[in-house]
Amino acid sequence: MDSATQERRKERIDRGIKVRTEGIYAISSWQGITYMALPTVAFVVGLLILPLVVPTMAWQRIIVIACLFALLALVFDFLTNFVGIVCLGGAFFTGVGGYISGLLNSAWGIPIIFTIPIATLGGAIICTLFLLPCLPMRGIYFAIVSLMYPLLFARVIQALNIFGGTDGLPGLSTFPNIWVELYLVLPIIILLTFGIRRLVNEDFGIVLRAIRDNDQAVKASNINITWFKTKAVLLGSAIGCFAGAYLAHLYGWMGLSLFALDFSIFPIAATVVGGGGTLVGPVIGAFILAPLSEMLRAFGPLRVVFYSLILAGLVIFSTEGLVPYLERKYHQFERWIEV
Amino acid sequence: MHIFIFGLVNSVILALFASGFALVYGVSRLANFAHGALYILVGFSTWLFLNRVGINYIGSIVLSILIVSLIGGAIYRFLLIRVKGMPDSEIIASLSIGIAIMELFRWRGFISETYMLPPFVKGSVNLLGVMIDWQRLLIIGVGLAIMASLWVFTHHTKVGLSLRAIAQDKHASMMSGIEPDRTAVIALAMGSALAGISAVVILPLGNITVETGYMVLINAIAVCIVGGLGSWAGVFAGALLLGFSQILATALLGPHWQMVVVLLFIIITLIIKPSGLLGRQKELEERV
Amino acid sequence: MNQEVVLRAKGISKSFGGVKAVNQVSFDLFKGEILGIIGPNGSGKTTLVNIITGFVKPDEGVIFAGEKKITGLSPHQISGLGIVRTFQIPRPYPSLSAVKNLVVPLFSSRIQRTTGGKLGDRDTVALDILEEIGFERDAHAPYKPASTFSEGYLKRLELARCLALRPHTIIMDEIFSGLSVSEITAMIPIIERLQMNGITIMMVEHRVRELFQLANRVMVMNFGQKIAEDVPTEIAKSEVVKQAYLGVK
Repeated sequence: MDSATQERRKERIDRGIKVRTEGIYAISSWQGITYMALPTVAFVVGLLILPLVVPTMAWQRIIVIACLFALLALVFDFLTNFVGIVCLGGAFFTGVGGYISGLLNSAWGIPIIFTIPIATLGGAIICTLFLLPCLPMRGIYFAIVSLMYPLLFARVIQALNIFGGTDGLPGLSTFPNIWVELYLVLPIIILLTFGIRRLVNEDFGIVLRAIRDNDQAVKASNINITWFKTKAVLLGSAIGCFAGAYLAHLYGWMGLSLFALDFSIFPIAATVVGGGGTLVGPVIGAFILAPLSEMLRAFGPLRVVFYSLILAGLVIFSTEGLVPYLERKYHQFERWIEV
Repeated sequence: MHIFIFGLVNSVILALFASGFALVYGVSRLANFAHGALYILVGFSTWLFLNRVGINYIGSIVLSILIVSLIGGAIYRFLLIRVKGMPDSEIIASLSIGIAIMELFRWRGFISETYMLPPFVKGSVNLLGVMIDWQRLLIIGVGLAIMASLWVFTHHTKVGLSLRAIAQDKHASMMSGIEPDRTAVIALAMGSALAGISAVVILPLGNITVETGYMVLINAIAVCIVGGLGSWAGVFAGALLLGFSQILATALLGPHWQMVVVLLFIIITLIIKPSGLLGRQKELEERV
Repeated sequence: MNQEVVLRAKGISKSFGGVKAVNQVSFDLFKGEILGIIGPNGSGKTTLVNIITGFVKPDEGVIFAGEKKITGLSPHQISGLGIVRTFQIPRPYPSLSAVKNLVVPLFSSRIQRTTGGKLGDRDTVALDILEEIGFERDAHAPYKPASTFSEGYLKRLELARCLALRPHTIIMDEIFSGLSVSEITAMIPIIERLQMNGITIMMVEHRVRELFQLANRVMVMNFGQKIAEDVPTEIAKSEVVKQAYLGVK
């Protein structure tokens, strides 16, 4: 055989330690346990100590913002990749949530500790009601309508000059201090990430995933898919409204910017960057993009241009995302072999 | 009578906004969220040609429409084609491109100066007791002319018929030798051209702003939702319904109620007949 | 002999655009029988199945399940009544394993009703059903994602999905299509066993020879209409049927 023309190709093999930790064997050695636990521990610990290692309070603020975007990204990933509902209306949730909690706080002086939960639940119900008619329809309707709602609501509020109109309502209660802001939302992210991951593997979540895979078959199995989708949207909008309420009280101000397209686009970008369908990926993606976004703030609208182009590029060229890439590297190694 | 005339104008304007979007969707099932961006692209580029390069008005218009049509087709050919068949990715991709374009304008400062396009014919005329400016009458004329020529085009020319064929049955048309990709490029180019024509006749009524882009997008989609995605008659019906309602609301309640009307109609449509007035969107039920 | 009618269709018609896919079709399905439905391509067999199972609404006609009128009900309602179907092109949930595929129907309200909420662990029940249908319990197969299965196993999974709902009637839409001869031979006893367990079966099929082995009665369709209904031996001799398939005048 002529060795000069010998072809090589890349081969991927599971790492030894991955094979040794299959199933129950994971607990047979300390190395095994460490190997399996490391990613999760790194994630949890990393998030929790992040605020302690950053240099300034401005950065800590950025982390809080990143957290809220992470929540939105989580919702987007859940709905899109596990239920099959492409929700382009993250801004709808933040807007409704933010306005409800803002109104409760400013009109009736209800303290944050109540406005946020009420906004979460009430907002979820309201958002779901508005999105309900789209659920039995083809997916594209939901995408379009969910995208439209925040744009419309913002303009209606502006036009009718209600709820503070164009200027919004300042003077809302804020959090006692930055540490509360941080350590209230960080555990929530962790809980939700692992909670939703658990949910999609429970029977209820299995049905949701089946709806995404093949809704006709689910219907033929005596399941009312609209009801299931409704529950999924309720969950998603609750999380989104929570983020919106949090935002309102973060800045102490409620205004049209709560309906900004940013809140719809960012979660998508974070999901694409971090890796769709992994739940963890979007969260990490948010923590990467948020600081980036802040650093570009000086450029004004160019920031949005930058974002959108990146998003367009990633979507068009279907990249797999950061977390799947890291997962692959962690569990497998590549080598060239001769064919 | 006042309401009738202005209602008609408004309806035609809305129909023009929606026509580009509806064409692209009807032919290639692509929801082109860059529609609004293409609209103002034509507006701005016409202004640029007219005021910075010094080409005459007609020339600027023709040039802009041509260029933007090419851009529209290119967007499909080089970018959106990679995500064809995945409607959600298509929306995200076209939306991102649209936002990128619009925000690019915002960044370059196209909000500080007042950008305007001059009307074709100045002055007004008294029509049936109502004072109306020539530009608005022109809009009606152009709108009707476009509808008519589109009808002729899709019923009597080879390219047009192939567009209709694809819209009705993709697979059958593919078997007849019609290439869906090439048709989609043409559709997107035509959709951009329609956006452009709409832009040049309507923009003289006011300023060119970035916000206009979003407005056009919202209104176009609203018309399509209310009238029914995928149906030409639906675009008409939706435009008429929304157009007259907006004017009525303005007359009775005030100009800022226009957006409220849009929102209300979308909600009502979704509750009563989600596929739109004349929509032929089959619900999921029928897709076996 | 008065047999109980499980499904009765009267005067079913459906047009798509200008084409009349189903034209005034009426038939009865008796309890415990296997009714075969054959006919050349385009005769409307699958549309009929879609109409009966609620995926398509007929333009005319009524359908009764026992005493209850089911015309116009949705698929999830009809399957809730115990009338289930397989799909001609199998519709598994590709990202889920075979076991999890079955968890879905086990989550349905029909199962919750019939077991009074005491079903137990759905995974275990799913494995039982898979075992019945030919998957080996302790092998890897039930845990692999459905996207890796061969056609034969996918068809079995379709049946398993139906069985999970504890139906009294199964409508099979070309269950033999895409299967090799040996796979079909393996499938036949499974279907026979279903009938022995009291399940009524309606089979739309192209593989006439194998169908005739199983069916008690056969109905023939052509151009959307019912052109014959009899026992297999008579249908095999029928001139009308031969003409429909071969177009011989």
